[in-house]
Amino acid sequence: MSTHSRMTRQWLAVGSMIMLSIIGCSSKSDSSSADGSSGENDKPVIGFVQTGSEGDWRKAHTVSVREAAEAAGYELRFADGQAKQENQIKALSSFVAQGVDGIILAPLVETGWDNVLEKAKKRNIPVLILDRQVDVKDDSLFVTYIGADTYNEGRLAAEWLIEKTGGKAKVVELQGTPGASPTINRYNGFRDVIGEESGIEIIASQSGDFRRSKGKEVMEAFLKKHGDEIDVVYAHNDDMAIGAIQAIEDAGKKPGDDIILVSIDGVRAAFEAMVEGKLNCTVECNPLQGPMAFEAMDKILSGDIGDMPKKQMIKDEVYERENAKEVIDSRKY
Amino acid sequence: MTESNQNAEVNRTSSNAFGKVMGSRILWPLVSLVVVLVFNAIFIPSFFTIEVRDGAFYGSLIDVVNRGSIGIILALGMTLVIATGGVDLSVGSVMAISGAVAALILTETDLGMWGLLPSVLLVALLAGLMNGVLVAYLQIQPIIATLILMVSGRGIAKFITGEKIITIGDESHNYYFDFIGKGHLFGLPFTVTLFAVLFLLTCLLVRATSLGLFIESVGANETASRASGIADRRIKIAVYIFAAFCAVIAGLIDCSNINAADTMNAGVFTELDAIFAVVVGGTSLTGGRFSLTGSLIGAILLQTLMTTLYTYGVPSDVAPVPKSLVIIAVCLLQSPVFRSKARRLVGRGATA
Repeated sequence: MSTHSRMTRQWLAVGSMIMLSIIGCSSKSDSSSADGSSGENDKPVIGFVQTGSEGDWRKAHTVSVREAAEAAGYELRFADGQAKQENQIKALSSFVAQGVDGIILAPLVETGWDNVLEKAKKRNIPVLILDRQVDVKDDSLFVTYIGADTYNEGRLAAEWLIEKTGGKAKVVELQGTPGASPTINRYNGFRDVIGEESGIEIIASQSGDFRRSKGKEVMEAFLKKHGDEIDVVYAHNDDMAIGAIQAIEDAGKKPGDDIILVSIDGVRAAFEAMVEGKLNCTVECNPLQGPMAFEAMDKILSGDIGDMPKKQMIKDEVYERENAKEVIDSRKY
Repeated sequence: MTESNQNAEVNRTSSNAFGKVMGSRILWPLVSLVVVLVFNAIFIPSFFTIEVRDGAFYGSLIDVVNRGSIGIILALGMTLVIATGGVDLSVGSVMAISGAVAALILTETDLGMWGLLPSVLLVALLAGLMNGVLVAYLQIQPIIATLILMVSGRGIAKFITGEKIITIGDESHNYYFDFIGKGHLFGLPFTVTLFAVLFLLTCLLVRATSLGLFIESVGANETASRASGIADRRIKIAVYIFAAFCAVIAGLIDCSNINAADTMNAGVFTELDAIFAVVVGGTSLTGGRFSLTGSLIGAILLQTLMTTLYTYGVPSDVAPVPKSLVIIAVCLLQSPVFRSKARRLVGRGATA
């Protein structure tokens, strides 16, 4: 951290204390309404409806879209759904009413988009779906979907594991939040690959809610029950793997050597753990989707959508601890 | 006077020994705890294995008291709030703020514990004052008054950390802070000492002085206690500050435990677990008489259940079901209406 940001942080801390005392008015100002700053009329205007700000990954995602918009010469109007679909629908309608040139939607959930997308279609505003998918009756309501393939991430983790262990291992699994689509896809993707290998056995599987503290707590319970049996931890995200690393250390074992850990997401903390040798592998779930989205938007707005696929998956990389040191400095999030 | 009334009531229920045991509010949570432990003894024998590793005890039971410490400490504060007829929904968010402030001070300044402790105590004071004033002076329903801080508090915590997880790395490592969540004292996790001391001090504070009676009296009948000269507003503000104090301690444990301030997830739903623990422990949500021991047992029961579910391997999507079944069972056993109906049924069966 630079001294400049240290100063800012200290002021932030002081400021937040003051805010505590005058709390009633602390709701965020940039809520569901789109901040329609007019002006430069020559640039095409794109409305971007984001899910909210759940954490480091989402933050990187937002920054990527903003930077890509600027680089590609677009004016971006940003709306934060604050984890509510209702807000996202309102923001979408408002973008349609403003008559923007295009809309990028990062939906919170899959269903319930038909009506508002029809409004956009009637006004001939192209909609690009980013990150998570939508489930609509009429596929022509959006132009294309761009996102990370969470099912394939599960498969990649399993493939790496088979290669690493020679197809023989006892695995404990730390699942994400029950019912969330990344959880379901990473669960199925992993199983579909190891189903072909008889030597790999999942001896325990529990939800750690994508949280560090829960990952640690569940791993502690696994260690008590299965003890030395555990060869591998498969965590649906990096945070839970980091929690599990601490639990393994508390049990007097060496994470990364005594027990192999593989997780998904590729956040910076995971790379730090790999450099320390405590995490063996992370499958990237790339949040830097902005450039690809605007490349597609360029084509859409110039009418060049003849050969555009309905689904465009971003390629995810697999990083191992052996090469973590070389790539850690290039990681943006 | 309310106090003498309550004393009379206590005398009545304790008139015979059997009635005292059956009427005891900590009986049923204790019975449920034993039932869960017996289940474990049969199906997961390893649950009771305790070995010594690196000079400290290691086993599932140790995990229960270690991971349960957050719930226990929150339940202590929640008990007193609920005893005044209130409820504090903001403790989870206050935990997140506490962790965020602690992580910020450790990573961005060189103040160490000397800067950290006063800061988080200030957080507790402000948060508790805000809740207390809204409830006591502005007469806002406690569930709404504390909901404000529950919602905005997480926003404040995220604002402090810049919406990131702040990891306390090796360069800002602080021995004392590390000790809170991960240290060992007398072979047990330090968190055990922490909640035990807090529990004993709280018991001493409310039972050795008349404070406990005042709290019960405010919860039982606010107007009557004011008429008899109890400063009911100050009592209310004090219990909300105490609840916030417990919450910042819990926040420090959580932050120290994972070496990071995870403001998105720290303390989410812990307010509900704390309320569960208090209710399961036999304190009524309508206020009045309370039992700190009951809440302690309630919190341990909840954590034992969680650890059992993880260890036994109940699939995570259905795991909340057994947990709620146990809670329903304990609440039913506590309910006087249910018990008298059940007794009548049993009695009829016996005479027939």
